[in-house]
Order: sequence, then C-alpha cells, then structure tokens
Amino acid sequence: MTLTTPSALDFLDYAPAPESRGILSLREEYGLFIDGEYVEGHGTPFATISPSTGEHLAMMAAGNAEDVDRAVAAARRAYTTVWSRMPGAERAKYLFRIARLVQERSRELAVAESLDNGKPIKETRDFDVPTVAAWFFYYAGWADKLEHAGLGPDPRGLGVAAQIIPWNFPLMMLAWKIAPALAAGNTVVIKPASTTPLTALLFADILQQADLPAGVVNILSGPGSMGSAMVEHPDVDKVAFTGSTEIGRGIARAISGSRKKLTLELGGKGANIVFDDAPIDAAIEGIVSGIFFNQGQVCCAGSRLLVQESIHDEVVERLKQRLTTLRVGDPLDKNTDVGAINSASQLKTITDLADAGEAEGAVKWSAPCVLPDRGFWYAPTIFTGVSTSHRIAREEIFGPVLSVLTFRTPAEAIAKANNTPYGLSAGIWSDKGSRVLAVVDRLRAGVVWANTFNKFDPASPFGGYKESGYGREGGLPGIQSYLTTGPTDAVTAAKGSTK
Amino acid sequence: MSRLSVAKTYKLYIGGAFVRSESGRVYEVTTKKGAFAANAAKASRKDARDAVVAARTATAKWAALTPYNRGQVLYRVAELLEGRRAQFVQEIVGGEGVSVAAANAQVDAAVDLWVWYAGWCDKYLQVAGTANPVAGPYFNLSVPEPTGVVAVIAPQGAADSLLGLVSTVAPAIVSGNAVVVIASESAPLPAVSLTEILATSDLPGGVVNVLSGSAAEMAPWLVAHADVNAVDLTGADELDWAGLEAEAAGTLKRVVRPTGRTLAPPALSRITALTETKTVWHTKALI
Repeated sequence: MTLTTPSALDFLDYAPAPESRGILSLREEYGLFIDGEYVEGHGTPFATISPSTGEHLAMMAAGNAEDVDRAVAAARRAYTTVWSRMPGAERAKYLFRIARLVQERSRELAVAESLDNGKPIKETRDFDVPTVAAWFFYYAGWADKLEHAGLGPDPRGLGVAAQIIPWNFPLMMLAWKIAPALAAGNTVVIKPASTTPLTALLFADILQQADLPAGVVNILSGPGSMGSAMVEHPDVDKVAFTGSTEIGRGIARAISGSRKKLTLELGGKGANIVFDDAPIDAAIEGIVSGIFFNQGQVCCAGSRLLVQESIHDEVVERLKQRLTTLRVGDPLDKNTDVGAINSASQLKTITDLADAGEAEGAVKWSAPCVLPDRGFWYAPTIFTGVSTSHRIAREEIFGPVLSVLTFRTPAEAIAKANNTPYGLSAGIWSDKGSRVLAVVDRLRAGVVWANTFNKFDPASPFGGYKESGYGREGGLPGIQSYLTTGPTDAVTAAKGSTK
Repeated sequence: MSRLSVAKTYKLYIGGAFVRSESGRVYEVTTKKGAFAANAAKASRKDARDAVVAARTATAKWAALTPYNRGQVLYRVAELLEGRRAQFVQEIVGGEGVSVAAANAQVDAAVDLWVWYAGWCDKYLQVAGTANPVAGPYFNLSVPEPTGVVAVIAPQGAADSLLGLVSTVAPAIVSGNAVVVIASESAPLPAVSLTEILATSDLPGGVVNVLSGSAAEMAPWLVAHADVNAVDLTGADELDWAGLEAEAAGTLKRVVRPTGRTLAPPALSRITALTETKTVWHTKALI
C-alpha cells in the first residue's frame, strides 16, 4: 500500500462553503453578568479574538475579587430568597426553557463558538450546541425528582457553587456545570476561560430571555486571579472545576479544611487500544476522532494509540491515508474537519512537546496540508516509534498529535494503558466481546469506550480516576455532586459523588 | 501459689505478618486508671511506607475476588470476633474504663457492623451503579470500583476503641480497597488484637494493615504518599486535618473529612466515598 499524495486527492477539493456570520451580531463590549444584569467589571477589559485569524471579536469586561464578592452575594441572595424555596417543578421549567432557547438560537451560538474557539462549525453545530441543549433538558427533569437521587427522602442543594470552565468546549462545559447545579437547587457563579468568554456572555442573554430570577446564575469573565477569589470565597459551598491537573491541585489545596465540596475534571493521557481482531475501518475512524476531534484539545483524547504489533504497519499506513484527507482550515467552512488551535500559548505547548518527541527519537509525520497564514495552526501529526518513557507518551499534549506505541499481549496493553498518573479515558477496539469486557475491568479510567470513542451524553457519568480528578458529571452521579442531605450527613467528603 | 499469666506482645500488622516496628520503638499503653497495660509498637514512617507497599500488592488480589467471596470473608471476621469477645471486653474495660456491660455492647456493635458491611459487598454495586439511557446505539453502564489504597486515621482517643476502628476499616474494604490504618494512639490494644482475627479470617495479607503509634507523626507521610489513592481523616479532628487535606492534594487523593465523632455511623456513603465510577460505552450493531 502506498501513501496517497495530496495531488492524487485534488478531485476532493471543494469550493469554500462558509457558514454565514450574518446570524450573529456581536456587541462591541460585553459586561459581567451579575444579579441578572450586564455590569462593568473592576478589572481591565480585554479583547477576545478569533484564533483562526487573529480578528478582534469583542471587548470583554474583566472581574476581580470585588466583582466576585458582588456575584457571590447575589447568588447567595437568590439562593436564600428564591431558588432554594422554589418548588422543583418550577426550577425544572426554567431549565426546560433554557434548553429550548439554546435550540432556537443554536446556529447563532455555533457560529459564535467557532469564531471564538477556532473549532469547526460542523462540531459546534452538530455536537457542542446540541449537547448543551441536551444537558439542560436532561437535568431539568431531575429538579422535581431529587428524592429519587439515592441520597434519602429530602436532599437539598448545597448553596452557592463556584464553577470554573476551560476553553476547549466553552458553552458545553458551561452547560455541564450550570444544568445540574440549578436542578439541584444551587445558585451559580461561573467563570468562562479567558480565551473563550464570548458564548458564556451570549448565554447570559438567553437567561434574560428565559426570565431566570436575578442572581441564580452569575457569569464573570476575567483572569485566573479572579478564579482563585471564587474558589477561596468564604460564602461558596461548592467548587467545580474543569481544566489542568496543575490548577486542580491548587484548588484542592485551597479548599482544604473548609466545608466546601469539590469536583475536579482534569487532564488525561487516554490510551486507545487496538487489538488485531478490531473492525479496522471503524477503528481507523475512531482513532481519528479520538485524537483529532476538536484539534485534540480534549481532556479525554485518545492521545496514546496502543496497537497490537502484528497490525501496526497497516494501521499506521491507513491512518496516514486518512489524515491526508482531513480538511484543515477556516472553522466556519462547513467542510472543515480540523480548525485552529485555541491560542498562541497552546500552540507553543503543542509545538514544544512535539519537538521533544523528535528530540527523544520518535518519528514524526504530519499530514501534508496547507496551513493558513494567520492564526494558530498545527497540522494533524502522528509519532511512531514512541516508547513509554518519551514525554509525548506521558504528558498531556492537548493538540492534534497522536503517539503510537505497540503491544503484544492484552496484559502488556493493560500495563501500558495504566502506566500514567492520569485515569480519565480509554478506548478498546476488538471484535471479541469477552476480551473487551475483561480489559475494561482492568483499565484504571473513568470512561472506557469500546469500539467507539469520544462519545458523551447527559445521562452518562463522566470523570476520572487518579490525577484526572474526582466526582462525576452527567447522569445520576452528576446531580449527586450538587446535593447534600444536610448537616446530619454521615460523611462529609471532599468528593462530589458521595451518597 | 497462683499461676503467673503470660502477657501478649502487641505488634504491628503489615502484609499479613505480625512485626515489631523497624525503628525498635514501643510506647507504654496504660489502662484508664493509669496502670501499665502493654508496650505497643510505635510505628515509624518506614513502617507506614512498608504498609502502603503491602496494601498496594494486596489490593489487586482482594479486588479480584468475587463480591460474594469478599462478603464471606467479612462475615467470617464477625464470626471470629463473636467467639473471642472476652478478650476484647477485657481490653475495652481496661483501656476505656467502662463497665463490662458497655464493653460487651461495643463488641456487639462491632460484630453487627462487620455483618452489615459484609452484606454490602455484593449489593453496593447495584445501588450505586447506573444503567445510562444514552441517545444512541450504545450499551452504557456505570459501575463503582475500589479506588485502591486507602490510608485511614481511625478515631483517636479512648472511647469506642474497637468500634471506631471497625467503623472506618470495614466499609473501606467492602469494595476491594486495601487499607493502612492508624489505630487509636491512646487505646490501641483492641485494634491490635483485631489483627489476630483478620489474620485467621481468610482476609489476604496486606488488605488491612494496622499501625499503632503516633497519628500526628505518621499521618503526614501517608497523606503525601504517591501510592495512596484516598485518605479517610475520620479520626483526625484533633490533628491539623486541614494541613493533611492540603498535603493530600499533591496527588489529588480522595479525602474523607473528620466527623468529630468517636465512630463513623454505618452508611453506604462510607463505601462509595472510597470508590471510583467507571462508565463503559459499547457499540450496538445496527440490525
């Protein structure tokens, strides 16, 4: 089998098919959203840009500790006077409303997300935003059924939740955090990532349209120091964070000795294990979506491919062929498969780690694609000849870079898969069900995909083992993370999913 | 002439073996009234590390047993405790200064607690796991699994010197975890005697490792140990538990905070707090 060259694929060239930006009208500046209103922040406003072009999109207000005080006070007031007293059935209706409004404005949100994050419109349109609506729809139904959540007859919300979300799925992460918190009766102060604050503040507009009581959700754009102020605020009862393991450690340290509950969804170095009896066509697609979905900027990405030695050459060859057909470019183009890297600093992280991979002796291959002149881009890349000690096999790269390792026996695959301080995700490809289940049992990972990868659903709990964090988002454990049975609770654990 | 009794040497229990502290240290344990009771081993940080190694080795075997099997082992602990109650009553009366009736009640409660948790081994999964109705052709299941090695600071002080330890250790091992527990410093004798029961209950060596000595001295090493997955600070309310929790953040250990009580009331949450949830997606064919 020979590697297909780009020129042989010329017939696959499409005319550009950009999604219209007309559906989106951005304001020049977005305030913080506190107590139901857009207000000015006390920090220095900052620009949010499109990482695919560098284009200035809007100015964003920046909050500081003073704004955090205001927002937490508003959230506490809303919790005490409105939200915790409201019948669950009424809370549910607000969440259903929000789900519907997200669906109605889904194209606008998708365009905004692709612009601000750099990810392809086909992902924001077909995955991110539909998942946002699904998350609110799922948790809406829990709001009036909390007595069935497995915590006893009369569980209640914790109070004020401080939530900090990353830039890789900006609006989706917001939904993962806000929907269960509100359903359980909590009020929220949430901080979107500094490079992707736009859709969170557009979402505030949806909250106004939904007529959500003031203060129930407060949205603060701002720097990391503002996030620290949220975590450390004495009137916060719950902290939920998705992001890097390093920051997660700091948060766990910061809340120690307090009454605060914590859920952490942190980094990963997911192993995608391909056995020699795998359905190979499906496996190739699964490997590709496992690491190139969202430019690999996914905490649960299958960034380590463990392929059985006997099929290594075939898998690598077919992967290269497939990567050659990926379309890298304008995120708003409906044909684009791979968009821009989210920021200059993330691009540097990826580049540095990839350089280390070459320096340590792994063999690098990048898809022969033309990268745009402006913005932040990295071509889909595969490293072969990777050993377990290489940095590219150990450190989270958070980019479109796949490290290929081999194994001979299931025991070796399991040992290599578990050989990491992380434990978020794993994949198994095999046609033999009994082997899949046996391997599943021995993988130390919170989510295992068998003959699929990177699937998410509001009904399905998601979260990590070991240094990938604790607590679960999604499903029944996701609502338990925001509930308590009160001061008589037998266990006060620094873990959200106790029951 | 009355017969001279034979006193027992109270040792540590690490990896299924009864050992003295590698440090050679002991400390004097007295009765509530101040009389000499025994020289208990004063475990060192090296002993604590050895215990973690033993626990790590044991957890794979223990977790791999069927839940039915684990349940029977926990039940056997209850059986043997029942049969040897006199020894525990004597140690509790001496160490806590309570009546024989109260000591008997404590042993009753400890036996019953082992039985209660024994029954959870093959049930907690069904209560804490979920079948997930995802929007797609996937079989989707979430099941709790043991987190691995758990360091436990049992309730310190003289009250509930047997029951306090049992109330933290039994739930931790239900799911398949292995435990390193620091017994009550002032009243360690019932905990040490319990190891003789554990050793003869078909509990694999290393699943429960019992250290006597200073919790304040050993706890910082355990919460910072990179091969410990979770720490149960139930008995740490007199220690700098906030500092211990902060130290545990280094490798993002799961933390159970102090309750300020002499024992941990029976609760499913004691089991689930020391588990991980694994979600499995499997494709379904389109037929």
